[in-house]
Amino acid sequence: MTEMVYGTQPVREGEPIFPKWWRTVDKWSMTCILILFAIGLLLGLAASPPLAAKNGFEPFHYVMRQAVFGGAALTAMLITSMLSPLLVRRLAVLGFLVAFVALLGVPFFGTDFGKGAMRWYSLGFASVQPSEFLKPGFVVVAAWLMAASQEINGPPGRMWSFMLAVTIAVILVMQPDFGQACLILFGWGVMYFVAGAPMTLLVGMAGASIFGGMLAYDKSEHFARRIDGFLSPDLDPTTQLGYATNAIREGGFLGVGVGEGQVKWSLPDAHTDFIIAVAAEEYGLVLVLCIILLYALIVVRSFARLMRERDPFIRLAGTGLTAIFGVQAMINMGVAVRLLPAKGMTLPFVSYGGSSLIAGGIALGMLLAFTRTRPQGEIRDILRGHLR
Amino acid sequence: MIRTPLRPLARILRARDRGESPDAIEHENIRRRQEDMRDRTRERAEGRLLVLAAMFLCAFVVIGGRMGMLAASVPEEPRASSQGAEIRAQRADIVDRRGRILATNLETFALYAQPPQMIDPGNAARELARIFPDLDEERLLGDFTGKRKFLWIKKKISPEQKQAVHDIGEPGLLFGAREMRLYPNGKLASHVMGGTRFGREGVRAAEVVGVAGVEKYFDEVLLDPANGSRALTLSLDLTVQAATERVLAGGMKLMNARGAAAVLMDVRTGEVISLASLPDFDPNDRPRLPPSTGAADSPLFNRAVQGVYELGSTFKIFTAAQAMDLGIATPDTMINTAGPLRWGKYSIRDFRNYGSELTLDKVIVKSSNIGTARVAQEIGAERQQDFFRDLGFFDPTSLELVEAAGIKPLLPSKWSELSTMTVSYGHGLSASPLHLAAGYATVANGGRRVVPTLLKRDAPQDGPRVMSEATSANARRMLRRVVTEGTASFGDVPGYAVGGKTGTADKPLETGRGYHEDKVIATFASIFPAHDPRYVLVVTLDEPVETSGPEPRRTAGWTAVPVAAEIIGRIAPLLGLRPDVEPGQLADITLTSN
Repeated sequence: MTEMVYGTQPVREGEPIFPKWWRTVDKWSMTCILILFAIGLLLGLAASPPLAAKNGFEPFHYVMRQAVFGGAALTAMLITSMLSPLLVRRLAVLGFLVAFVALLGVPFFGTDFGKGAMRWYSLGFASVQPSEFLKPGFVVVAAWLMAASQEINGPPGRMWSFMLAVTIAVILVMQPDFGQACLILFGWGVMYFVAGAPMTLLVGMAGASIFGGMLAYDKSEHFARRIDGFLSPDLDPTTQLGYATNAIREGGFLGVGVGEGQVKWSLPDAHTDFIIAVAAEEYGLVLVLCIILLYALIVVRSFARLMRERDPFIRLAGTGLTAIFGVQAMINMGVAVRLLPAKGMTLPFVSYGGSSLIAGGIALGMLLAFTRTRPQGEIRDILRGHLR
Repeated sequence: MIRTPLRPLARILRARDRGESPDAIEHENIRRRQEDMRDRTRERAEGRLLVLAAMFLCAFVVIGGRMGMLAASVPEEPRASSQGAEIRAQRADIVDRRGRILATNLETFALYAQPPQMIDPGNAARELARIFPDLDEERLLGDFTGKRKFLWIKKKISPEQKQAVHDIGEPGLLFGAREMRLYPNGKLASHVMGGTRFGREGVRAAEVVGVAGVEKYFDEVLLDPANGSRALTLSLDLTVQAATERVLAGGMKLMNARGAAAVLMDVRTGEVISLASLPDFDPNDRPRLPPSTGAADSPLFNRAVQGVYELGSTFKIFTAAQAMDLGIATPDTMINTAGPLRWGKYSIRDFRNYGSELTLDKVIVKSSNIGTARVAQEIGAERQQDFFRDLGFFDPTSLELVEAAGIKPLLPSKWSELSTMTVSYGHGLSASPLHLAAGYATVANGGRRVVPTLLKRDAPQDGPRVMSEATSANARRMLRRVVTEGTASFGDVPGYAVGGKTGTADKPLETGRGYHEDKVIATFASIFPAHDPRYVLVVTLDEPVETSGPEPRRTAGWTAVPVAAEIIGRIAPLLGLRPDVEPGQLADITLTSN
C-alpha cells in the first residue's frame, strides 16, 4: 500500500538484472535518445553524400559508418545503464585516468587533420578525441569529490575538483579547443551550484567568466575573430553562418523537400556542426522543433528524476552529465540561429562522428544509470514525519 | 559556525557510569548529524535543480522561437554588404521641346566576382582577358586568388559580352542589373546634357547621378520618385540643335578656328532653342579631363555659357539704344568721329577713317569706335552701369546648367570715364555669348528684360522694361542696316531679314596685360526677322582666320557672319518661319499660263 500511495520503490530480493533494469530505467529518456539517433541517421542520408563525393567514397559511406558506430554507441549505452552507480563510478574513474593521460599525450602523438588544432588520435579506421571521453569521466570524478566533501570529516573535495577542472580546461585551451574547455568548466559550475555553492561566490564567478572572456578576446586571434563575426550586424553570406541562416530561411515551416536542400553543398561541416541547418532546410521548422523538444525532454526529465535522488554523488554526477549534454545541444543550435558566436560543437547523438558518438553513448548510459529509480528511504521519511 | 561537540559530555559520563562504551553514542550522533545534513543539502539541491531545469527549458524555448522567426522570414539573396538608404535606380528621361528623347535609360549589367566561390580562377582570368582586351590577366588572377571576397570587374557590359562571360561557366562571376544612362543622339547637345556616373552601387542596382549640365542641375528632380517617370522637357529643339552644330562645325573648320559657340534664343520667352559649343564630347562616354590641355580648350568646356570674352563692337548697339532712350541722340544725330580720340595716354582709333562726323545710324553701321565712345561720354559712367545691370551683364545668368551658376561677366575694377568709353564698344567688359544673347533679346523684343532658360515655356516673359518700344524699333532698324549696307553684309539671308552687329575683339594675352596682334574673338549677334524679331542668334568663333583672300582676314564680317547666315538659312525653316519674299524680287517671274 505504502508503495502505491507514496510512489516508493520496493527492493526485491534476487531480482535478475534485465527485468530490474527495465523496471527502473527512465524509458522516456531512452526513447528520446533512440529517436534522436534515428533522426541523426536520416539527416546523415541528406547531409553526408557531398562529403563522401568529395572524399571519393560511395554516397552513403558516412551513413554506414554512422550506423556502425551508432550501434556500438547504443550497445555501450545500454550496458553502462545496467551498471550500478558504484560500479559506474569505479569504471568512470579508471576511464578518466586513461583519458587524462591520453589528453596529455595529444600534443606529442596526435594529429590535427589540417584543421589547425591538435585534438585527435588517428587510429587508421577512426579518429579518437580524448576530450570527448574525458568529459563523462571528469563529471563522475568531480561529483565523487564534491559528494565526499559533504561527509563529516571528508576531504576538501570541492577545491580539488575545481583545480582538476581548471587543469583540464587549460590543457584543452592549449590545443586549442575553447569549446570543450567551456563545457568542462560549465559542467563543474553546474555541479557546484547544485552541491550548494554560496550565492556570493556564484556572482563572483559570473564576473570572472566575463573577465576571462574579455582576456581571451584580447589574447587569442582565433577566439576574437569568431566573436567579431558574431557581433557584426552584417552577415557575410559566404561564411558558414551566412549559409546556415539562409538555409533555415529557405526551409520555412515545412522545408524544401527531402534531398532538395542546397546548403549541404556549400557547408564543409554540414554533417557535423551545422546538421541542424540541413534539417531546417530539407524538413523545415517541424523537424527542428521536434529535435529541440526531444533534447528538452531528456534534460528536464533527468533533472526531475535527480531532484528525488538522495545520494549526493548520484545527484551531482547526473546533474553534470545532463548539463553538459543539454548545453552542447543548445550551443550547437544557438550558433546556427546566431544567438551565440560561432563555436565548433557537435549536436550530441545527431551529428556524424565516430568516437564522439561512442563517448556520447557512454555518457548517456551513465546518465540513465544514475536516473534509474531506486529506493530513497521514503518510508523512513514518512515515519519521521518529514513528508512534504 | 558554532561547532557542536562530538561527545556530548553528560550522556557519555552517564554511559561510563553504566559501564557502556561511549563510542556507540558517538557513532550514533555522527550518523544522525550526517542524515540531517544530507536532508538539508537535498532540499537545497532540489530547489536548485528546479531552477536549472527551468533555465534549460527557457533556453530551448528561446532557440525554438528564434528558429521559428528565422523560418518565417523571407529568404534573401546573399548581399555583399549592407546598404544604407534604398538605391533610387529609376532616373527620368529628358526630352526636347517636341518630346524627342535626349536622354533615357538602358538596361545593362555590371560584372562582379566573388573569388571564394570560384572553381577555376586561372581559367576565369584567361577567358575574361580574352573577352575584355583591356583587362589584365595577371592582375585578375592576383585578385581572384588573393584575399578579396568581392570585386567589380566591369561596370557596364553589353548583352553579347554578358553571354560570353556566362559561357565561361564560372559560378564566382556574377552579374548585377544596372540602368545605364543613354544619350541616343550621341554628341548632340552634349554640353547641355552634361553626363552621368554611377553613384552608390549595390549588387542589384546602382544610382545614376549627374555630373554636369542639366543632368546635375536637375539631379533631384530626375531621381525624385514622386515625379514618377515623367520626362523633363527642355526648350531645346533637337533638329535645330543638330543643324546648328553641323553648320557651326563646318564653319569652324573653314575659318580655321580653335573653337566656336552658338546660342539661339527665343527673344520673348527666353527659351534657349539650341546651344552649341565646339569642340564637344559624347556624354555617353564623358572624357576625363586631360591635365595637359587648359580648361578653356577642353571639350568639356562650354564656351557659350562658361566662356567670358570681350565681345567687341556687338556692344555698340546697347550704347546707341541707351542714347536714343535717354533722348541724347536720334538715329540722325551727327556724332563727331574725328580720330584718333585721345584720353590720357590712351588713344581710340577706328578700323578705317570714317571722316570727321557720322550720324548715329552710320556710327553703328560702319562700327565706329570713336563715335560710340563720344556717345558714351554723353551718357556717363553711372547711367551706363545702370543700363548694363538692367540688361543682365552684372550677374550670372540663371540658365539651368550647373556650369552657368558661377559665370559672372568680368567688369572693370574701377568704372572710370575711360572704362565707360571702352565698354561702349565692347572692350574692358567680358561676358559670355549667352549674356550677349539675353541682351540682344531685350533690344529685339521691344525692350523687355528676358532671362534665358532651358525649360520649355508657353508664354512670353513679361520682364521689366529696359527701354522703350520706339528705341527698340530704332535699334532693330540700325541692326538691319548693318546687314544690308554695313559690316555684316554676308549675313543677309534672303527672305529672313537678318539684322545684327559684328564684333571683333583682340584676344588678351595669357599674361593678362595687353592683347595679341593676330588672335581675335569674332562674334556676330543677330536677330531675325528684323522687323518683328522672333529669335536671337549669337555666333562666336575663337581665333578664326579666313584665308581665301590675298591676306588673312580675321574680322567678324568675314568669319562669324557667313557662318551665322548659313545657320539661319538652315534653321529658319525648321523653326517654322515663313520666308518673307519681297514682291520686287518676284518681278522676274512671268506668269505664262494666264
